[in-house]
Amino acid sequence: MKPAPFTYHRPETVEQALELLAVHEEAKVIAGGQSLMPMLNMRLAHVLHLVDIGRTPGLSGLHLDSSRRVLRIGATTTQRAVERHESTRSTFPILPEALAHVGHFQTRNRGTVGGSLAHADATAELACVARAADAKFQVASVRGMRTISADAFARSHFTTSLEEDELLVAIDFPAWSDKHGFAFEEFARRHGDFAIVCVAALIELGANDRVARAAVAIGGLGATPVRATLVEQSLVGQAMDENQLVHAAEAAAALPSVDDPTYPTAYRKQLARTLTHQALVRAADRVDRANIREPQ
Amino acid sequence: MKDCHLIQCVVNDADVQAEVESRMTLADFLRDHLGLTGTHLGCEHGVCGACTVRVGGDAVRSCLMLAVQADGREVTTVEGLGTLAQLSPLQEAFRDKHGLQCGFCTPGMLVSMQTLIDDHTDDELTPDEVREALSGNLCRCTGYAGIVEATQSAAKEQGGAKR
Repeated sequence: MKPAPFTYHRPETVEQALELLAVHEEAKVIAGGQSLMPMLNMRLAHVLHLVDIGRTPGLSGLHLDSSRRVLRIGATTTQRAVERHESTRSTFPILPEALAHVGHFQTRNRGTVGGSLAHADATAELACVARAADAKFQVASVRGMRTISADAFARSHFTTSLEEDELLVAIDFPAWSDKHGFAFEEFARRHGDFAIVCVAALIELGANDRVARAAVAIGGLGATPVRATLVEQSLVGQAMDENQLVHAAEAAAALPSVDDPTYPTAYRKQLARTLTHQALVRAADRVDRANIREPQ
Repeated sequence: MKDCHLIQCVVNDADVQAEVESRMTLADFLRDHLGLTGTHLGCEHGVCGACTVRVGGDAVRSCLMLAVQADGREVTTVEGLGTLAQLSPLQEAFRDKHGLQCGFCTPGMLVSMQTLIDDHTDDELTPDEVREALSGNLCRCTGYAGIVEATQSAAKEQGGAKR
């Protein structure tokens, strides 16, 4: 027996789950368990009450609204389901590309989107994509619902702005145009490891093939993924030629970075620059230029 | 006081009913309660893949799942792949292609690779596809060349049998 004793609850409804979180102190939510179970097995985490929402109805599934503006992903939707779902592939193809780096297919079969985001590992791929995509976190408690923006959700490594009694129920990804370019890049020592540094890039072109909108998020420089605002600013209004992309990627290396003996600041910054450049090159290649209207 | 739950599940096509403590992992339940010691435990935190079993057809880490979470589910372990008298085509292929040496990682390898084969509708698996799927199973003695060959060969055979 590896985990220390706890009381296990399997709520039949979201309301029951919220009730349990409101009543019990030191309660922890589990769904796929791919982050929490290792911590319980090694007794790095200790819980008195485990609330298993893995099979609670209403928390799983993907939904694209009729105007195709927002892709809503239920918190307990498995990473594997998102990776394979038609809506993801057609509206948010950066998600399957990033998910291919998340653990292994055996862990993605259990691991959930909400679980990974609520766990908030600083270098988690999904957290990086959510930051780039300005995802909206739908959160519930017995006190009601609220929406948390991507810049406010993850506060530090393993720390979110969820209150003790709150449950992440869904994540909304506002869609980009059908013709957007995208790329996810990461560097890790082994396939399936958390990234040392990872980059998510989304690009839309406007008139004259110039960048109308750009979002670039980088994980691995700090305690949460950050938006590379300077990279975005140096792209908007410009053509995506090689010089411009090199110039934009330079701005990624100007971001502040954490330091540790294994991967020092200079190394992380170099990775940020290289991966940002690679991501922008691939995103530029993927923009569907065929149907972008020239100015009259 | 122990927190216990009555669970019912199907393990290798047999109905199982048991009372389990909530903190018991599925891996420990399979090994210690049901005596299915083919499922091996290496790292117990989801890295090595030796404990891989199928739940509802999907390959998962049995060390990262609680027994109580398997309630109402269908579980297949390595014991469900073939019999001592009649190895499965994949097991045969592992033997033919020298896909194992000490054998510790083999149960997880077999379950993962059988899932990969079943998930592929076409019979040809490229070495890259197999290696990608193998990334979640660690072998520390034989290496992976024989395992890749064995998987490709079994996939071919299974695909051929289907047609």
